[in-house]
Formats: sequence, structure tokens, C-alpha cells
Amino acid sequence: MINESAKLNKRVFDGDVEEKPIRDGYGDGLCIAGEANPNVVVLCADLKESTRCEAFAGKYPERFFEMGVAEQNMATVAAGLGVSGKIPYISSYATFSPGRNWEQIRTTISYNDANVKIAGHHAGISVGPDGATHQAVEDIATMRVMANMKVIVPCDAIEARKATVAAAKLWGPVYLRFAREKTPIVTTDKTPFVPGRAIVLWESKKPVVTIVACGTLVYQALIAARMLEEEKIGCIVLNHHTVKPLDELALSDAAKRTGAFVTAEEHQIAGGLGSAVAEYLAASYPIPQEFIGMRNTFGESGKPKDLFEKYGMNAHHIRDAAKRVIERKK
Amino acid sequence: MEPLHEKKLKQLEEKANRVRELVIQTLLEAGSGHSAGPLGMADIVTALYFHVLNHNPKKPQWAERDRLVFSNGHICPVQYAAMALAGYFPIEELKTLRTINSRLQGHPHRSSLPGIETTSGPLGSGLSQSIGMALAAKLDKKKSRIYCIMSDGEQQEGNTWEAVMFAGKNRISNLTAIMDRNNIQIDGFTESVMPLEPLRAKYQSFGWHVLEVDGHNIEDFVDAVYEASAIYERPTLIVAHTIPGKGVSFMERDYLWHGKPPNKEEGVKALKELRTLGARIKSEHE
Repeated sequence: MINESAKLNKRVFDGDVEEKPIRDGYGDGLCIAGEANPNVVVLCADLKESTRCEAFAGKYPERFFEMGVAEQNMATVAAGLGVSGKIPYISSYATFSPGRNWEQIRTTISYNDANVKIAGHHAGISVGPDGATHQAVEDIATMRVMANMKVIVPCDAIEARKATVAAAKLWGPVYLRFAREKTPIVTTDKTPFVPGRAIVLWESKKPVVTIVACGTLVYQALIAARMLEEEKIGCIVLNHHTVKPLDELALSDAAKRTGAFVTAEEHQIAGGLGSAVAEYLAASYPIPQEFIGMRNTFGESGKPKDLFEKYGMNAHHIRDAAKRVIERKK
Repeated sequence: MEPLHEKKLKQLEEKANRVRELVIQTLLEAGSGHSAGPLGMADIVTALYFHVLNHNPKKPQWAERDRLVFSNGHICPVQYAAMALAGYFPIEELKTLRTINSRLQGHPHRSSLPGIETTSGPLGSGLSQSIGMALAAKLDKKKSRIYCIMSDGEQQEGNTWEAVMFAGKNRISNLTAIMDRNNIQIDGFTESVMPLEPLRAKYQSFGWHVLEVDGHNIEDFVDAVYEASAIYERPTLIVAHTIPGKGVSFMERDYLWHGKPPNKEEGVKALKELRTLGARIKSEHE
């Protein structure tokens, strides 16, 4: 059942639950962070509306920089601002930033320990009709492997807002990953959000499997939990929004209690949240694990819901993976 | 910046020669690193650290300071030599370049050594970072000027031109870029590897003010820096024509010296030449 202390949206299981693009939370978060701290500046690579920088740009024009279609310059100008006392947020689609400018981020932001926040929008296959060129499914991996970098993948617009605000107070390089499509509102203003601390969203009386999810798949994980409950299979759902650093305490606690994991993310299985969790568990408390994610393939054009079905990211896929991993315990 | 008197000029020339000696000694000790670029830029780097920059080696984090960025991080032996002479760290520490646990990384690393403004090495990103620093200074209403040394080879990087375009559009006037136009890069002469000219026209077309100087004439260089600081609402590029390996006859103008250090015998020969040159500058001065 739903963990009451997570204070989730009471309507999360309703068929007509409110939906909002996760990136909207970024736009709201920028304005809040910008008001709280005059050192917050925003850079955007010709995607002001799409990456939701418009409100900030309107409120603080002197602190907004239109970079044009030049992601490498955006990252490196931000590095210069970041070592000069500013808190720059750089905004583009994740395939371009942190895609095209990966080396600039590595050298001038991460190794340089520059206080820059990288916002990768349109991440995952739920980007839909634009197709695989615009669907980042490698970005968690490429950011996670950098020393100094932190990685946060919010599950809805509200959490995206909190993560954006929190990033300004978190010293050093942070990668924020946002999906494009309207996503069900899972959390509320009252849901706790602390970077690096996973939240238990669902906890059955006798859980036998843990679903660890981030981003858009948190909602699918909750639906899967309810499906499992109907079959009298208890589980824990962890919203593991901060992929780096991992919440090792929460993971080891859930591993000991359930002895089986399913990880779920809109990303390649290689190098993503599932890999990070497996790296930790293999060395501390090895248990069977199943992975929901892209299996060494690119996405394609299509409606998000059709893509989720084709690439195995819906709630019933998570439910089936949970049953498989429970079998593997025997 | 105070005016450059004859006496100060001679002091700077002597100092530049001392910087060259330290570069050779440092490279000898390290056993790897670049020779030609650091020697070629010794005059300009000396002029910057000992005359142009508003800085305090005892307070490297002083907020009002001017910033000097080495976009071509591989010439850092000359930066380290000048910084040590200026008092950022003991001259003795130059010996640790490129060795384990050293603050003097093979390419400059900001968090390792106070006074290094930013991490650099991979080419083409220093101008953008300097722009970021210039924007921050403007937002904070500080008078700091930002100087960015670039190589000519890195004008082949796309990132450089993204930066050139942005600085032109935004009229970043507190930024002065200095291009080490020595015509060589690792694979040969720039104009045969990937032609860069006409550089002046290219930068001008992006809204930059462009000056050209002999990179070994400290007086001319300082004049150009004065002019750059007086240019209204435009970034300035100073194209500094330099001789790679300057001061060591067998290294001068030879691209094979771009990326290697002298061996012991070559090092001794180089130091001998530099000491003779040093004595000559001194005697002219006296």
C-alpha cells in the first residue's frame, strides 16, 4: 500500500490523474532559485520555450543568456561563470547537452569542479514523434561516470521543481534529467525531497520484491505495485530520484527485506540506474535483479504510450519482471 | 596599469629570459612536455604577470583581480615559471611538474594550484570560459579584465568560433584574447595542416577589434593591451606573432619541438644560450 509519510497525490491511481510535462517543474524551479539567489543565471541553446526558460528570462533578463545553437559554447561559458561565483543552469535537449558537449562538461565543469547545473530535457523515449535522434537514452550513463558529478532524475513536475531549486544549494556539478511528455503527478508539495535520499512510495506488509525506479517510470512502478497486490504479492517501491550518489542505506535495507530487485528507467540498461544499483549490491549484498530499460537499441518515432509498450516500459512489464525475479530467489 | 618606462622594460626582458631558463630546467626535470610554445610565449606571459595584470600572488582568490586563462593549457610550463617567479609558490616546486602528488599537473588544474583560474588542456574551450568570467565580472560590476591566451592551432576547433560569435554579439569589452600565432601545430605548419588565414578578417567580421604585434616586443604588446582596454563595446584580439622555441637557436621555428622536452645534453646547450642572452640583455641595460 501507499506509504502515507510520502504524502503522494491522493488521485495517483485515478484514471484521470492530473498530468503535466516534467520540464514545467524546471521552469518553476528556475524562478524560485533565481529569486532566492541573485547568483543564479540561466543559459539556453535556442530552446527557450521548449526547455521552459521563458519565465526566468522574462523576470531576470540580465541573468539570462541566449547562446544560440551552440551547446559546446554554452557548457564552457557556464564553466567560466561557475568558477566566478555564479550558479549557471544550462538548458537544452539531453542528446545535445550533455550529449554533444560531453568533453567540455568533463574538463571544464566536472574536473574543474565548476558550480554548473546541466538540465537535459527530452530525455528518454517518451519524447515520441521526434524519433531516436532526440531521445536521450545514454545520458545517465555518460554523466554518472564523471567524478564530481551528481545525477537527479525527477519523477514528475513537482519533484522537478524541487530538484531544480535544490540543485542551486548543492555545491558543484549537477545533472538534472527531464522528460518531455505530460507525466502523471505522483507527488505533492508535501512529499519529502532531499537529494541523495530515496523515498519509499509503496510498502506492502510482507514485501518479497523491491522496485527501484526513477523519472517517468516511477508512476509505472506504482501501477505495477498495485497489480502485484491484486495477485497477493507484496513489494516495496523506491523512488530513487538521485542516481548519483546512490542512497545506499535505503537500497541495502530494501535488499535485506525483500531479497529481489527490479530496476526501472527510461534509459539504456547499460550504465543507468539499474547498473548503479547492481554495482552497489554486487559488492555489498548480492541478490537477483531484473532490469527494465532499453536493451541495446535506439528508440524510434511513435506515440509515447506505443513506444512504452514496444520497448517494455509499462506497468505490466515491471509486474512481470517482479514475478521473474521472485522466481529466481528459489 | 602603470606606464612602461625604459627601466621597467629592461627588467621585463631580463625576467622573460629567466622565465625561459626555468622552462628549460622544468622540462628537463619532468622529462616530458612541450618546449616550443612555452619559450615562444615567455615575453608575453612575463609582461602579463609582471606588468599588465592587476593581481596579488599572496591572495590568489582576491575578488577584484584580473583573470588570465591559458586556453592552450599545454604551454603551462611558462605559466608555472612566471607564477613561481611572481611568488605564487616556491620556485623549488617547479621541479615537481608532471610528477605524482604535484600541484603542477601536466595541464593546469584549477583545484590543484591556487592562481590557476580554470582547468584547461583540451583545446578550444578557454575563450568560452573567459567569456563566462567576463560576464560574471559585468554582472558583479567589477572592473576586472579577462585575458585569454589561445594557440593558433585551436582556431581549428568549432568551440572557438562559437565563442567568437557570442563575444561579438554580446560586445564583451572586458575581454582581451591573445593569440600565439607561431604557425606550428603538432602535425606541421598550420597553413598546411588546416589553413587559418585570413584570421584578422575573420575576427573582424564577427565584430572584434583586431591588433597584431610582434610577440617578442614587450613594449608593442603592452601598447596593444592598453589599446584593447580602451576599445568601447567590443572584444579585442591581439594576434601575437611569435617564434616557437624563441631564445634557443636549435628549437626556433622547428615544429618537431612543439610537443617534446629537451634531453640532458640539449637542455645544457639551451641553458647556455639563454644565459649568454641574459648577460647580453643585462649589459645593454647597464
